Amino acid sequence: MAKTTTCHVATRKGLFTITRGASGWSVSRVSFLGDNCTLAVHDARSDSLLAALNHGHFGVKLHRSRDGGATWTEIGTPAYPPMPNGYVPKMTFSGKPIDWTLRLIWALAPGGDDHPNALWCGTMPGGLFKSDDNGESWTLNRPLWDDPLREQWNGGGAEYPGLHSICVNPHDSDDIVVGVSTGGAWTTRDGGTSWRIGGKGMRAEYMPPELQFEPNAQDAHLVVQCPGRPAALWVQHHNGIFRSTDRGASWSEIENVHPSAFGFAVAVHPRDPETAWFVPAVKDEKRYPANGRVVVNRTHDGGKTFQTLTQGLPQEHAYDLVYRHALDIDETGEALAFGSTTGSLWVSENSGESWQTVSSNLPPIHSVRFERA
Amino acid sequence: MPTVRFTDNIQRHVQCPTKDVEGADVRHVLDAYFRTNARARGYVLDDQGRLREHMSIFINGEQLRDRVRLSDAVPADGVLDVIQALSGG
Repeated sequence: MAKTTTCHVATRKGLFTITRGASGWSVSRVSFLGDNCTLAVHDARSDSLLAALNHGHFGVKLHRSRDGGATWTEIGTPAYPPMPNGYVPKMTFSGKPIDWTLRLIWALAPGGDDHPNALWCGTMPGGLFKSDDNGESWTLNRPLWDDPLREQWNGGGAEYPGLHSICVNPHDSDDIVVGVSTGGAWTTRDGGTSWRIGGKGMRAEYMPPELQFEPNAQDAHLVVQCPGRPAALWVQHHNGIFRSTDRGASWSEIENVHPSAFGFAVAVHPRDPETAWFVPAVKDEKRYPANGRVVVNRTHDGGKTFQTLTQGLPQEHAYDLVYRHALDIDETGEALAFGSTTGSLWVSENSGESWQTVSSNLPPIHSVRFERA
Repeated sequence: MPTVRFTDNIQRHVQCPTKDVEGADVRHVLDAYFRTNARARGYVLDDQGRLREHMSIFINGEQLRDRVRLSDAVPADGVLDVIQALSGG
């Protein structure tokens, strides 16, 4: 397994590429400087990069680079179909209608080695799109969109529901798990032709008592899959940490996590489903590192115990919050990187035992993604 | 024919030169413009064909009223300015 040497960091003010040199990691390229880059991923199948931009006034756009970020071309943007005549969208918690218009690209995932031109895209509000031509054009997945339960999805911290996680089974690209905030975890075994809601066992203590275990009401912050054991999933949930060993059909809550079970990000080891990393924060209404100390929690035993890793991380007056896509692990399981809302970026090359500060001055970081071989 | 002009800020994303195009209301004028500049449509209109919420259009200096159907009339010698709806500090 090749050691990772490149990582792409999407920020509020551009896309920053960092590379590993003789003296460590540093910024080697900046793309879209000044623009809000909300997500960037590497597609190893075509060795291309995809970057999602949110221009505010001008809307959400997608760009692709085939030369490592030296040049970019705007490609197709997912678009919702026209609303049916007379259709009245449901209101969210906040009283806003779930409009059929793209507000955010929140997930991008290659569609598997057996479908080299296929890409999946998760959006806000709550859409799952597929491209069969490497992003030139996109189609809304109607089976999921038209499911009556989809209309019951709500915004989590945002005003609209968002589909933020797409886990494509490396051994069967028709086997997909998606995560929704708020809408729980959904699975398909036929490439999106039909969907089932999973999420049994997830718990949302902030809901009315009779709805706390309702799968469709769960605020999954991020769902990740162990590539070597695709039935093994972890979710960092608004209410805590949960684990599944049956493709998301049922979940077990991980309890007694210190300093906190709250957070957004989670990474799982590429081959060992028992090993996962989290970046904890004081729970929902506060959202900052406990005691002003940035720490990473790691478990090697499926959540029975955790090590709280601190070496190289700021341990006083640090108020870095780490968003759901801003923690990543490479294919070796040794390199991890995470970035924060206050522009700090750290890399570890020993499974989190110690961390190198790459920068403390980047713009607010939305996503951190290693290149794949 | 009405004239359509675009904010300078859009030009670094997609070139939108000033053009004279056919049309008696905002919808038809923009449709005519986007027929020869399809990529620009998504920068001005949302997925449902409505004016983006942070964009605005002025017709001979008057702000349009109908952001959904874009039915405001445009005189044959009218000038449409497509701008960002900047507000606040």
